[in-house]
Amino acid sequence: MGDSSLSTFEVADLRVVRGDNEILQSISFRVAAGELIGLLGPSGSGKTTLMRSLLGVQTITGGSARILNFDVGSPSLRGRIGYMAQSPAVYLDLSVEENVRYFAGVLRQSASEIARVIDVVALAPFADRLVSSLSGGEQTRVSLGVALLGSPPALILDEPTVGLDPILRRDLWRTFENLAKTGTTVIVSSHVMDEAARCARLLLLRDGMLLFDGTPASLLAHSGAASYDEAFERLIEGAR
Amino acid sequence: MSARRTLLTARRILQQLRHDPRTIALLLLVPTALVGLLAWTLAHKPGTFGSIGPKLLGVFPLVVMFLVTSIITLRERSVGTLERLFTMPLTKADFVAGYAIAFGAIAVIQSFLVSTLSYTWYGLAHQGVPWRTSAVALCAGLLGTAFGLALSAVAHSEFQAVQFMPAFILPQLLLCGLVIPVSQLPAVLRVVAEVLPMTAAVHAIAPLQSNWYYVGQFCVMLAYILFALVIGASTLRRTTK
Repeated sequence: MGDSSLSTFEVADLRVVRGDNEILQSISFRVAAGELIGLLGPSGSGKTTLMRSLLGVQTITGGSARILNFDVGSPSLRGRIGYMAQSPAVYLDLSVEENVRYFAGVLRQSASEIARVIDVVALAPFADRLVSSLSGGEQTRVSLGVALLGSPPALILDEPTVGLDPILRRDLWRTFENLAKTGTTVIVSSHVMDEAARCARLLLLRDGMLLFDGTPASLLAHSGAASYDEAFERLIEGAR
Repeated sequence: MSARRTLLTARRILQQLRHDPRTIALLLLVPTALVGLLAWTLAHKPGTFGSIGPKLLGVFPLVVMFLVTSIITLRERSVGTLERLFTMPLTKADFVAGYAIAFGAIAVIQSFLVSTLSYTWYGLAHQGVPWRTSAVALCAGLLGTAFGLALSAVAHSEFQAVQFMPAFILPQLLLCGLVIPVSQLPAVLRVVAEVLPMTAAVHAIAPLQSNWYYVGQFCVMLAYILFALVIGASTLRRTTK
């Protein structure tokens, strides 16, 4: 559990350039411990690049990004940020349990932790099944389970609820909310507005620029829209 | 680098193979069957299998392990598991050594099967010391694995990796002394042949040479293994553009 006055993420003037493309242009924001942040934006807006930058696996062109008072990419941060990419990023030719066991071993986690995360993502009945034989939604949950190993102080989840049924979506959002309540900082990207409105704070990206940073309610007020979907459209299109 | 994380990685790779019995069968049975087929085709040419057969024991592990390793590591990059591991406390050396151990083990089993059948059923005369044959096969397997790891950084897809195989393997196959003895090659090619890793494997398996000759060939192979592993590890990038 973190001291809530302490910033988990401090991003200042972050820039990422790939070839001639400016993928991220001068992004700045701070996130306190225990915040649940929704990262929104159309596809190609730079959400994944921003998340990868925070994880230290993206080459950064300029500016700075610090997590838990370490520069991103620092060896001290390895294993302290749970990450779920858009691709499942687990071994399809291993069982659920073997996948979790391997990553748990790399992270020096105990056997009870393996059972715990399999339980959290409701995959206990499939523990011995090969991941390749699972549905897309189940594979996503294996990946989420690996991200939750060791209860890291920060979680970065790239569209974790894509392809999941409504019940499971609701359950996962409850899981994220509970994690945030116990002090975990959670950044979730999404392009489903109603879902993202469950976050206490929204960051809206378009063309690599941060268009909006505030609560869902202030997003409605700011755009003068009646629904979140409409507010999203207005902001994205108004910026053009 | 950590021995624990390296061994965990090697175990995980072997677990992946265990769930894929067809790949195991291909890895172990195809070289064995091919040497058998060769022995059969040469049944009426006494002595020929005796000279080619042992050389193949140094060639097969290199070819097979090169292909398997380059594709499996490439998959690790494209599926995103490598990126996930790099957000965790796993070093590049842990990763590369894990692969070398797992596929080194497969190469030993493969060479044990091929040489056992060659010396019994296929009727290969005992010319060398069996342990030297196994050591060559292990080195050849490690050579394949190490170069496969290095290649997976260059190839952008599994499709490309397969295309690289003829480019990397076939010239060595022509020059290593399997088709024509290295001593009978044109002068320039002879120089090239002498510095290729596969030639060292074939030389190391040849009978009736001095101990220092064998030591030299093993040194060449070990140097290549280390060289390729270092290249493989240094081309792994924790951050990408």
